[in-house]
Amino acid sequence: MSDQAALFEYLLRLGDNALILGHRLSEWCGHSPALEEDLALSNVALDLIGQTQLWLNLAGDVEGRGRDADKLAYLRDARDFRNVLLVEQPNGDFAATMARQFYFDAWHYLLLRELTGSKDSRIAEIAAKGLKEVTYHLERSREWVLRLGDGTEESHERMQTALDDLWMYTGELFETDEVDQAMIRSGMGPDLSTLHEPWLGLMHATAEEATLTLPQPGWAQRGGKRGMHSEHLGYILADLQFLQRAYPNATW
Amino acid sequence: MYAQMVKTGVDHIQSKEEMSPEERAFQDRVDQDIKIEPKEWMPEAYRKTLIRQISQHAHSEIIGMQPEGNWITRAPTLERKAILLAKVQDEAGHGLYLYCAAETLGVTRDELMEQLNSGKAKYSSIFNYPTLTWADIAAIGWLVDGAAIMNQVPLQRCSYGPYSRAMVRICKEESFHQRQGYDAMTKLARGTPEQKQMAQDALNRWWWPSLMMFGPSDAESVHSAQSMRWKIKINTNDELRQKFVDQTVPQAEYLGLTVPDPDLKWNAGRGQYDFGEVNWEEFYQVISGNGPCNRQRLRTRVKAYEEGRWVRDAADAYAAKKGARAKAQAA
Repeated sequence: MSDQAALFEYLLRLGDNALILGHRLSEWCGHSPALEEDLALSNVALDLIGQTQLWLNLAGDVEGRGRDADKLAYLRDARDFRNVLLVEQPNGDFAATMARQFYFDAWHYLLLRELTGSKDSRIAEIAAKGLKEVTYHLERSREWVLRLGDGTEESHERMQTALDDLWMYTGELFETDEVDQAMIRSGMGPDLSTLHEPWLGLMHATAEEATLTLPQPGWAQRGGKRGMHSEHLGYILADLQFLQRAYPNATW
Repeated sequence: MYAQMVKTGVDHIQSKEEMSPEERAFQDRVDQDIKIEPKEWMPEAYRKTLIRQISQHAHSEIIGMQPEGNWITRAPTLERKAILLAKVQDEAGHGLYLYCAAETLGVTRDELMEQLNSGKAKYSSIFNYPTLTWADIAAIGWLVDGAAIMNQVPLQRCSYGPYSRAMVRICKEESFHQRQGYDAMTKLARGTPEQKQMAQDALNRWWWPSLMMFGPSDAESVHSAQSMRWKIKINTNDELRQKFVDQTVPQAEYLGLTVPDPDLKWNAGRGQYDFGEVNWEEFYQVISGNGPCNRQRLRTRVKAYEEGRWVRDAADAYAAKKGARAKAQAA
């Protein structure tokens, strides 16, 4: 794989993670437990949609085939999406959404922090902008893990179940394949495996404070980064891409 | 309007001679455009009417999130998706300001939510219509927000301080929404034949419900007269509806779209448009629960509220524990 191709793949991964998680969060709008949460979840979703535009536009530039963020988001099929499995998991109850968010935010924060030092200044700039937003996302999702974990008996149980259910999707976040290797070699991206320890540290500290138990290391579901997704992604795309597919070449 | 046919509980307009000294002093302040603030004395009917009006407006914002939210996951571009999500988010924010304004009158947000969920409280008839295509999102921004602004701009000058200040914030955002809606409509009207057809279809379906938003003629209504005396209503429904038609018809013409009213024509003598009669039977049916989406809207709201209860309870429990721990540490 050429460095250019690896960079394109890498940028798709960053963009697709933001796109699909932003999409999932936007599903909450109008259905969340309180108006304050409609506002907050939408804020996070909006940040992620903004990050999607930056990453995918850059991906399109790198690819050089005239595709912009919208073309990449709206006109690829599921097998060409590169997001991790975690972000496409259904919203479930509020605990599941917050567990997914906390797992992702902690990783996203560590990753963007590393990417601010990327040798590619375009990546470093987007990461710096994203890092400000994600710092707040992480604060918020961590706070909800604490509230639900140490709230009522019901919320504790729901949060524990959510942590358990989603745990198997976290392994993929730290796996390093040939795309990541190429990024490490060129000084553009970090070795993802080095993020695992600080991530686990935050997980353990938070779980303890929230009176929750972090699941044991176990079998990890993987494949999203290479386009092997769960059944959920197809339905996300059916919604997301409906208008672009039904009315090809229209402008909106 | 977002608040339609608000009852005042009065059966006639009191003359100043009939008023008690307190009522007279109150009315004098209102007449002099001095804002009424929460801690000041106010007639009970004024307080109750305001609660009804402000909460109806708040409920409309909250229920209004549904028809538009229906298209968030299907918006056609990333930019449109962000604009729509931000708009629906603004509506949640408007709901919050308004519930806060209502709370200054001695009622809690939970009480108001219970009234909404039980079906006791009303919200604007317009949100009981379905959003069938993307053009409906554009039409809502253009027409529904356009109609809302007609009423809300004058309400910035209303007599009750917290309501007036909430309106100032809301109007800024609403006029932005209206421009976004018109912009989205412009894209459709100038787009492919299918898009143009979608735009016309949306205008056909949203035009009359938008005119209904202003409510039936209230020229003879004692409630409207009383609300206007209190300056919590500034214009009559007919005045606002006329203003809306006069503003909107040229915009439709500019887009090359046809307003679905065969009786619509410019009246040079009046300097205003003449337009056809609204189907008020439909309006009364919709506000009494028989619109295409009334049941769906309310069920969705109740479901979100009920399913969120354990989360709100957990947040309260956690805050209480945290407070207790902080107290224990301080001791």
